[in-house]
Amino acid sequence: MNFDLSEDQRLLQRTLDDFLASESPIARVRELFDRGEETDPAVWKGMAGLGFVGLHLPGPVGGAGLELLDLVCVAERLGYHATPGPFVFNAVAGIAIALGGSDAQRERWLPGLARGECIASVAFAEEGDRWQPEQWRLAPDANGRLRGRKESVPCVGCADLVVVGLSGGALGIVEPDAPGVTRAGAHGIDRTRRIGSLAFDGAACELLPDGAAVSDRVRDAALVLLAADASGGASRCVDISVAYAGQREQFGRKIGEFQAVKHQLANLALAAEPCRALVWYAAHAWDHVREEAPRAAAHAKSHVTDRFLQVARDSVEVHGGVGYTWECPVHVWLKRAVFDRAFLGPPRAHRLRAADLAGW
Amino acid sequence: MDLAYGPEYETFRGTVREFLALHWPGSGGGSERSQRERVAEFRARATRAGYLYRGVPRRYGGSEQEPDALRAAVIREEFGRARAPMEVPGNGVSMLVPTLLDRGEEWQRERFIPKTLTGEYQWAQGYSEPGAGSDLASLRTRGELVGDEWVLNGQKIWTSAARSCQYMFTLVRTEPDAAKHAGISYLLVPLDQPGIEIRPLKMITGESHFNEVFLNDARTPADWIVGGRGEGWNVSRTTLKHERATIGSGSQAIFESLLRLVRSVTRDGRPALEDPAVREKVAALEAWVWAQKYSSDYVTSCGLKGADPGILQLLNKLLATEIGHEIARTALDLIGDASLLEPFETREGRGAPTLRRGHERWMNQFMGSLGNAIAGGTSNIQRNIIAERGLGLPRDESGK
Repeated sequence: MNFDLSEDQRLLQRTLDDFLASESPIARVRELFDRGEETDPAVWKGMAGLGFVGLHLPGPVGGAGLELLDLVCVAERLGYHATPGPFVFNAVAGIAIALGGSDAQRERWLPGLARGECIASVAFAEEGDRWQPEQWRLAPDANGRLRGRKESVPCVGCADLVVVGLSGGALGIVEPDAPGVTRAGAHGIDRTRRIGSLAFDGAACELLPDGAAVSDRVRDAALVLLAADASGGASRCVDISVAYAGQREQFGRKIGEFQAVKHQLANLALAAEPCRALVWYAAHAWDHVREEAPRAAAHAKSHVTDRFLQVARDSVEVHGGVGYTWECPVHVWLKRAVFDRAFLGPPRAHRLRAADLAGW
Repeated sequence: MDLAYGPEYETFRGTVREFLALHWPGSGGGSERSQRERVAEFRARATRAGYLYRGVPRRYGGSEQEPDALRAAVIREEFGRARAPMEVPGNGVSMLVPTLLDRGEEWQRERFIPKTLTGEYQWAQGYSEPGAGSDLASLRTRGELVGDEWVLNGQKIWTSAARSCQYMFTLVRTEPDAAKHAGISYLLVPLDQPGIEIRPLKMITGESHFNEVFLNDARTPADWIVGGRGEGWNVSRTTLKHERATIGSGSQAIFESLLRLVRSVTRDGRPALEDPAVREKVAALEAWVWAQKYSSDYVTSCGLKGADPGILQLLNKLLATEIGHEIARTALDLIGDASLLEPFETREGRGAPTLRRGHERWMNQFMGSLGNAIAGGTSNIQRNIIAERGLGLPRDESGK
């Protein structure tokens, strides 16, 4: 038994950490955050060049043929560094096309995704918090044209293609620049992953032939990747708060010497640290323990995103007045926590799903 | 990532199963006495087979196996599944034996370990005092060497099961002029003597599990000291480490009890499991238990490789305490009016209180989960340890 990352996976994380520390430090993230830019083309290009973007795609289309756990390793570090951009959604769209697409579709779309030249996103939500495949109602007409809307589409501004959830749990590909598609940005609270809506008025949609058979599995992968982001973010909040408590002085002492602060920080660690192993298991199960994968994904998403929000909230508190300013970076993670928790449905929805999946 | 134990361990699992099928066909009926004998015989056999007391040399009655966390896990799983007796429970096996193996004299090991392993010797832990709880090193019970005996005066408290124990391992101040921690020695003391008085303390559950132990010129031989004079604090660190490892075990079993409870109760005349609020709560608890389980698998895997698992190990006890308390709180909501009842019943002339059979038994779990937040290092002390040793925050030197 070895419940741990492999040496390769650790190396991958270290490489990414080094890259992000130099190319996407928090000061740079803050610049983009203030300008409301949802992605950093240089960082995306750099990540693609290092092979992170196509990790999970099949070898023949230019990917590395690795597993969800490898993607989780990346998502966890991106969460830690609060890296802006479409990594998770782009990866999920790639999984959808790889699992549900025809040979022709895979050959047409995946090589560009693997090289990072083409950015994909996913459009799942419909009005009324309808995130899950069985709740999707958007349907193509007899001529294969879409009329209707998708909400809370991440990275709506930069995506070259979008995998759209359709009635019956089907999946289709839409190019947002095509006629009949209107993209509109919303005032997303998480400026590192800006959301918006897609309105369709006779837009062309290319169905993925096996979409309906794989959409639950695609959704599960997305749940695990969001949980990975949340786990990395929570762990960063602990680190930032501990560092602050070790340097901020009041009453002539470091505030980290006060037991009240120590206990608050210990509680943060208690909430954040056990999350990582749950996410790893959910990712491992997605590839290797198929019968438990849906429940593990639901547990990971609900538990870890809930804890991330709690930890981020308490981290703001540990920072005192400074924590409440736009200047202090902690709110970047607080807002990512809100995003991770709400995107794809709140914890409650996934807990109820987990109870169904457990056969209770 | 590889969750399988591998073929070697699965073969071993088969061997353990065969052994259990042959030698533990269930606890069976019979008188209490014959039952005790059956258990003792089974433990002896399981030790000879290498399944129990794996870290204890054969010459002291152990099975002297190579350390192997996975074999130990397979044994725990299979014995648990067959509901077969594991090692003798109590402080003797879990705390004293490792301490003697680590720091004891040869004659002490020979004299005390074998009979502790069979359960013939049971041990009380004489650490806390009325004035020395979390600040244990401030303890004041005195030990003076008079001739070839230690003469002990003072009081110990929270001493679990002391009335059924023959001996106590205890921390006493033998070097009153030395600094706080350096004045303490670790002594072994026979409890059946005129200088020892044990008074039961009634706990919030109504049971009397722990006690006060008064030492009034109690005596123990001069060489019943483990480690040297003034080394008791360090000697006891070995022991506490073992206790924390035991207390911080997984919460799977208590979660499964909760699931059985959920399946058996109703809300507003309908099965509780049909209530979305209940389903949501139980799922949230399961996710937490899974996070604990896989974190523990990670710690085990690090142990197998000799890698440092970091802060997770320090979180173990607090995590188990918090999960246990939340499970008990959930049960409290589910059992409704049964929560108004005492969990134990005392019959005239029948001695110790017995756990009732109805849902009110969960009130014992509810109160017990509070006990876990206190025993073996309170949750607040755990938070200090996590913050100082795990997160590297400045140490509080005020008590040193």
